[in-house]
Amino acid sequence: MADLLDRKLIFVTGKGGVGKTTIAAALAWLAADRGKKTLVCEIDAKGDLASFYETGPTRFEEREVAPRLWAMSMDTEASLKQYLSLQLKIPLVARVGPLAKMFDFVASAAPGVREIVTVGKLCWEVKERHYDLIVVDASASGHIVGQLAAPQAINELVQVGLVRQQTGWMLDILGDPRTTGLVVVATPAEMPVSETLELTDRVAKETNVDLAAVVVNRVLPELFGRGEEEVFERLAGDDGTGSRELLEAEVGGALSPLLEAARLTVTMRRSRTEHLERLREAIDPEIPMLYMPYLFFRAHGLRATHQIADALSAELGY
Amino acid sequence: MAPNPKSEARAQSLEQLFSSKEIVIACGSGGVGKTTTAAAAAAMAAVRQRGKVLVVTVDPARRLANALGLEGFGNEEKRVDNDAFKAAGVKPRGELWAAMLDTKQSWDDLVHRHAPDKDTERRILSNPLYQNISGKFVQSHDYIAMERLYEIHSSGNYDLIVVDTPPTRNAMDFIEAPRRMAEFFSSKLLRLLIAPYRSRMVNMASKPFYQVADRVLGSQFLEDIAEFFILFQTMYGGFVERANAVERTLRDQRTTFVVVSTLEAAPVREAEFFIQVLTAKRFHLGALVLNKVLPDYLLDDEAGELAARICDEAGDLARLDGLAGSLATDDEQLQRVLNEIASNYRNFATVARREAGLRRELQIRPDVVATVPEFEGDIHDVAGLLQLGQRIWS
Repeated sequence: MADLLDRKLIFVTGKGGVGKTTIAAALAWLAADRGKKTLVCEIDAKGDLASFYETGPTRFEEREVAPRLWAMSMDTEASLKQYLSLQLKIPLVARVGPLAKMFDFVASAAPGVREIVTVGKLCWEVKERHYDLIVVDASASGHIVGQLAAPQAINELVQVGLVRQQTGWMLDILGDPRTTGLVVVATPAEMPVSETLELTDRVAKETNVDLAAVVVNRVLPELFGRGEEEVFERLAGDDGTGSRELLEAEVGGALSPLLEAARLTVTMRRSRTEHLERLREAIDPEIPMLYMPYLFFRAHGLRATHQIADALSAELGY
Repeated sequence: MAPNPKSEARAQSLEQLFSSKEIVIACGSGGVGKTTTAAAAAAMAAVRQRGKVLVVTVDPARRLANALGLEGFGNEEKRVDNDAFKAAGVKPRGELWAAMLDTKQSWDDLVHRHAPDKDTERRILSNPLYQNISGKFVQSHDYIAMERLYEIHSSGNYDLIVVDTPPTRNAMDFIEAPRRMAEFFSSKLLRLLIAPYRSRMVNMASKPFYQVADRVLGSQFLEDIAEFFILFQTMYGGFVERANAVERTLRDQRTTFVVVSTLEAAPVREAEFFIQVLTAKRFHLGALVLNKVLPDYLLDDEAGELAARICDEAGDLARLDGLAGSLATDDEQLQRVLNEIASNYRNFATVARREAGLRRELQIRPDVVATVPEFEGDIHDVAGLLQLGQRIWS
């Protein structure tokens, strides 16, 4: 199997709230750290990406946020402007009048236009070889298929014209598994797992993009090893041996909050394991599954990015 | 506007809020438990209050959908069987109904309602652009969800409707959707675009627009668009009027919004944004529900110190006279177990303190703030919904 980071364009998606931006930020960080000139692009401009590098807000113009690591946020209007002038060599943009209005209008009227301007910009960066790798903090799983399928949809809807000519090379880039891959992020819970499975199905049926990896985020550590849970149960339960009282007398306080917390972890992990297994069974064994630990200390900021990048590095076998 | 003479007393609990409103809209970022919260609150309302309660969900987890009897797809409202409540040991005073939102179906219904004749209806339904818009176009979900809400509300069939909002690209899109839809169909640009295909006359001012549009999109595609909008314009009057009525319903005093969040940085930021927008735009902000909150015992300072001590002294404690023996283990294993228990507490205490900090940061709050503890498993039956519902109800 080809190395994940040897691809040129990686879309990272997942259900809202699973840590999609965290994974995208860490993946890009890891690639840059391993010597690749990397661009990381935030699609839904919520401004979360910047907080993972603790730098100022990202803009449409790429900015170097760390050695070899560049960051940008997608702006469809700016992208269209660039597209018209660079790609289509249309010089009369200025004469068209309020471009924003026209774009808004065309984009609302013709579904897929907004998406293709986004995907087009990313594919163009690949084509021009400005970067070794582009990591996209893409739309959430509800919208990603529409985004990735946009060139195809436009191709079918628009029979002639420049846009149609443009979609051909985009489809080539998106459809080449050595170039482009999709990373789906999930957490071990019912909805994220179900959504991941539905998504991987739809991606296979409705797009030509290759599924590169599934990342399982926020995996709780296994608290007790072999035989240890029984010891915990005897200590936590009222087994009549007075062991708990003995311990409480020695440490001088009630153990119940500690024991309840341990019980919560054990049951939480157990219910999550079920979902994890469901995911593993349904995903093609050829697709790498990368497990990321639950971070107790911080879920964002540079330190979290480093921790997740390290975990990704270990899971990828570096 | 004159003050409402019947100005309501401010609700102090979800129970009071739900009994004084007809529409409750749950909003919040993805993954915070909006669907479950909406379903749980609706189930409580059906159990405790008289009348018909409907929960409209957008994308329920399969097991939750099964629990509500929503196996099939479609827009139909279905009554949740009283047996489902019986299994939970309660007899509801009212009725619980559930419906799922089928975007495509709702669009088709809308066309059916507003099209002037059968032929126009058929031509719209078979237009490739229409199929794209109704099926795949993300923004159309926002509108159709609100449209469907209006439709159900004006049917007068239900005393209370609880709606779960669709996941949106931009948090508040669904609030703006009716207005944007109305503006879109009455826009000058739309007339400009359609005009030449009607009259074949392009005035000089708009010529550059067509030149670019033709070059970029191709004239065939432009004609397809134009045909679609010409057809759609036949429904224009009814459609815009409708969108405006939907907008009025959202602003009506019988409608309230419940913001749902977890105590994590990004959802809290989004919840704050929701609250700001709702307040600024003068929608009724009824309640804030904080989901999946870790239990209070993790904030206990004494327990924290105890956990730190056990971590340091696990070796000595494990060797306490007779302790390992009475637990049927050996010193070494006991030391590991004690260590795990104590460090687990410290780990989760860190998370709980971070949550408490975020809770303090949420400064603007509605009158009602409800907290739901982290549940160990998933909720997949009415009993589970009610168990959750009770935590937030009064």
